[in-house]
Amino acid sequence: MNAPLRRVGVVVMILFGLLFANLNWIQAYKADEYRNSDYNGRVQVAEYERKRGNIEAGGRALATSKETTGELKYLRTYPDGAKYAHVLGYKPVNLAATGIERIENDFLAGTSDQLIGDRIKDMFTGDQTGGGNVLLTLSNKAQDAAYDGLRNNDLGVKRGAAVAIDPRTGALQALVSMPSFDPNPLVSHDSKKAQAAYNELEQDANGPLKNRALTETLPPGSTFKVVVAAAALENGITKDTAIPAGSSYTPPTSGTPIRNAAASICPEAQVTLMEAVTESCNTGFAKLGVRLGADAIKEKARQFGFEQDDLTVGQLGEDGLPVAASHTGTMQNADGGDDPAALAQSSIGQRDVRMTPLQGALIAASVANGGSQMRPYLVRQLLAPDRTTSYYTAKARELRQPISGQVASDLRDMMVSVVENGTGRNAQINGYTVGGKTGTAQSAPDRPDHGWFIGFALDKNGTPISAVCVELEQAGSGGSAEAAKIAGRIMRAVIADPGSR
Amino acid sequence: MTAAATPAASPATTGEQPGVRLARSRRNAELSLLLLAMVLVAAYGATVEANMLDTVTPDFWVPAAALGAVFLGLHLVIRFLAPFADPALLPAVALLNGLGVGFLRRIDLGEALPPERETLAVFAGQGGRQLAWTLVSVILAAALLVIMRDHRSVSRYAYTLGLAGIVLVMIPAVLPGRFSEINGAKLWIKFGESFSIQPGEFAKLALLVFFAYYLVRKREVLSLASRRFLGIDFPRGRDLGPVVVVWLISLLVLIFEKDLGTSLLYFGMFVVTLYIATERVSWLLIGLVLFFGGAYLAYFLGSTVGGPFANFYLRAEIWLDPFADPHDKGYQLVQGLLALGTGGLFGAGPGGGQPGLLPEVRNDFIFAGIGEEIGLFGLSALLVVYLLIVERGLRAALAVRDSFGKLLAGGLAFTLGLQVFVIVGGISKLIPLTGQTTPFLSAGGSSLMANWLLIAVLLRVSDGARRPVTAGGGKAARPSAGPPEQLHGAPTEVIRP
Repeated sequence: MNAPLRRVGVVVMILFGLLFANLNWIQAYKADEYRNSDYNGRVQVAEYERKRGNIEAGGRALATSKETTGELKYLRTYPDGAKYAHVLGYKPVNLAATGIERIENDFLAGTSDQLIGDRIKDMFTGDQTGGGNVLLTLSNKAQDAAYDGLRNNDLGVKRGAAVAIDPRTGALQALVSMPSFDPNPLVSHDSKKAQAAYNELEQDANGPLKNRALTETLPPGSTFKVVVAAAALENGITKDTAIPAGSSYTPPTSGTPIRNAAASICPEAQVTLMEAVTESCNTGFAKLGVRLGADAIKEKARQFGFEQDDLTVGQLGEDGLPVAASHTGTMQNADGGDDPAALAQSSIGQRDVRMTPLQGALIAASVANGGSQMRPYLVRQLLAPDRTTSYYTAKARELRQPISGQVASDLRDMMVSVVENGTGRNAQINGYTVGGKTGTAQSAPDRPDHGWFIGFALDKNGTPISAVCVELEQAGSGGSAEAAKIAGRIMRAVIADPGSR
Repeated sequence: MTAAATPAASPATTGEQPGVRLARSRRNAELSLLLLAMVLVAAYGATVEANMLDTVTPDFWVPAAALGAVFLGLHLVIRFLAPFADPALLPAVALLNGLGVGFLRRIDLGEALPPERETLAVFAGQGGRQLAWTLVSVILAAALLVIMRDHRSVSRYAYTLGLAGIVLVMIPAVLPGRFSEINGAKLWIKFGESFSIQPGEFAKLALLVFFAYYLVRKREVLSLASRRFLGIDFPRGRDLGPVVVVWLISLLVLIFEKDLGTSLLYFGMFVVTLYIATERVSWLLIGLVLFFGGAYLAYFLGSTVGGPFANFYLRAEIWLDPFADPHDKGYQLVQGLLALGTGGLFGAGPGGGQPGLLPEVRNDFIFAGIGEEIGLFGLSALLVVYLLIVERGLRAALAVRDSFGKLLAGGLAFTLGLQVFVIVGGISKLIPLTGQTTPFLSAGGSSLMANWLLIAVLLRVSDGARRPVTAGGGKAARPSAGPPEQLHGAPTEVIRP
């Protein structure tokens, strides 16, 4: 019996050899992968040992960390709930982070290379110095106005967005996407509760997690006429040039006529460009577009920022919240020649033209800022944990120059006329020069129209103060007037909050 | 069965054994090793406190000293009642048991509120309970050494123990789930909420005594009567009966107690003792084919029919890809792997890990929890300690003179090794995870008691093996007075150098 006993001894050694080899595989070869796995709570425990920095705007803490008695030491809280949700995003325990919480994660968590000094100091003192603080460009008052204005809109619209930009710098003053969501349940340390809250938001038909201001595009309707007017001004037409209009226009290749929003709008055979913009004359712009050609319009739109798919809003020149590309769509036939029907409809912002609210605000900002489009950004400053050292301060820079100063000046006059005499009267502000353009875009034959307003406010000296875009999805009749009203409130809030500029 | 063998009695029973070293009891070596083990346990406790409390309390040595006193008692029993027992067994087991108590106490510390940590009593929490269970288990082991002066005496109760073993195995399967099921495996007998015993742990020992006895009696017929097929000797059909019975029992365990590990344990135990008894490779082959065939069939039925096989199918699926459902089905295995991976080569240090994140860290996943803190190097050392115990047990089996003792010690040592393989392989995704205890480490009285009894038997057999034939009572030298009538003339062998 000794021979089999010896063999059993060998078998046991082989079994233990297998265990040993397998432990080597797990603890040596796969160790890094397992150590940094998303499912590994140890990473989180370590991360939550250190107080995460604040996200602030206008001296107000929008995201802060509270000490708890649980295993994860600090709980992230968002005192304003849903109001800033699409800007701040959230930093959950198990789910993926979003928003500023994601793009500035390293600095907020204190693991950024910039904060290496604090980490080295901690090694000697044994302290856990918190993460750095991120200061945003947002104006509390403008954000309040945008959030309340959208949420309490008179039409009961459920979905929409508002963006406000400082035209001189590109600093975002307000950014709201409606419906919004409360990020606090998502960062609960009870990961089951957090997951349930996330699932509920994810399944909501109105898509509260979507950032409509940056990543959702809709047909811009008549707001796109600003782009077509810019193309016209650069092609020998002035604001006083008479252009063909009329109550109805049927492009050569199409049986469906283009009409105006009301019979009272530009029934004359000819109107000036100024009048066409002020009244939002569809037939005039459709004919103008066909005359200018697809290439001129597409090129002008591209110069304003259409088709750019890599723009981000965060730190300047750094990673940020992604912005979806706006598109002009095709206006040509298969053979490359212009398709007059498509061109006519595209010229009034229909057909395949799609725009983000941010792009609308950038168009208005370029006009207000003398033709110079500043790179939009959200992060004003990165402050050390002790708030004494600044690691980054935004220095505004131009993104592009879509139009000349002269064209900008003409467009400004026309857009001011819209607010003073035309469709945008709701946006007027006493003592300030306000310009803008309304838009009403058909979404589908059986669905209500989207309402748009893009505009800007200048002070007495002509200095631009704010450029705004408000979009109300499927708002129906009166949508663009309601959008103009909300835009006016946002700009008034910016004026009332000079400290934010 | 012994008639043929008696005339051919080997020299072992009649004279001086060639090749046997001069008999030395080696009890002082055992005592020194035991002290070293307790110093290690105390050092472990101090490191835990340094990492968790940022200070070492003046009482850090108390649990180690309490354990040391308990083991010292067993050492004294061995010194007087089994003076020639293997000197490495007790210190090796004491080290594992001590580290187990230390780690359980470390988990208690982690769960206690910070202000209470420094004053956690020695007998508080699970660590304290394990310390108490250790005391009970060691007393039982000592009692077994006192009662069982010769390992052959247990063969008298072989059939009783065999029956008891089968009953113990079957009780949880027959009981309704609320009395026997914990975490999906029906392995327990529950008495109220807090107290439950795992009869399978004891059944293991009882069944092995029966196997050893049965196989010693049947070994000729099993090893000689055979048919040759494909160059391998296969046994006759009618001799397969008991094997098939045990195979069916292990499959029933698999299906009704939903536990692959215990099933594998029983079956592996039986096949290996059968192989040792008959020296026939064919038994191993038949065993392997039956087991893997049965397991595959269960997997196949689980995927198609479901019912009682569904649990096994699910476990196999989790094993194949635990990360497919990391938050629910694969949660335990995934967390175990992450703990081991986080530990890496050197570990986070005793007290430096996060065992609180591991499910079942006191039982099934204790090896992963310890592994996070002591790393690959520490776990390798633990595996070597286990291997040492198993190989010392096999060594006793090689050295002992009677067939029953060889089978008993060989089977027990192999079973211990197989159990370590099943649970450590399970939590490290080498084989599908099954709910086995990690011998001497896991919290729980049943496992600790059964394994200490197992060690007592190994100590007794090794004492018999190393005891000089002419000295110290010379039980082997007086066959006429040998207690087990059926076995005193059983075939014996000379130890091969």
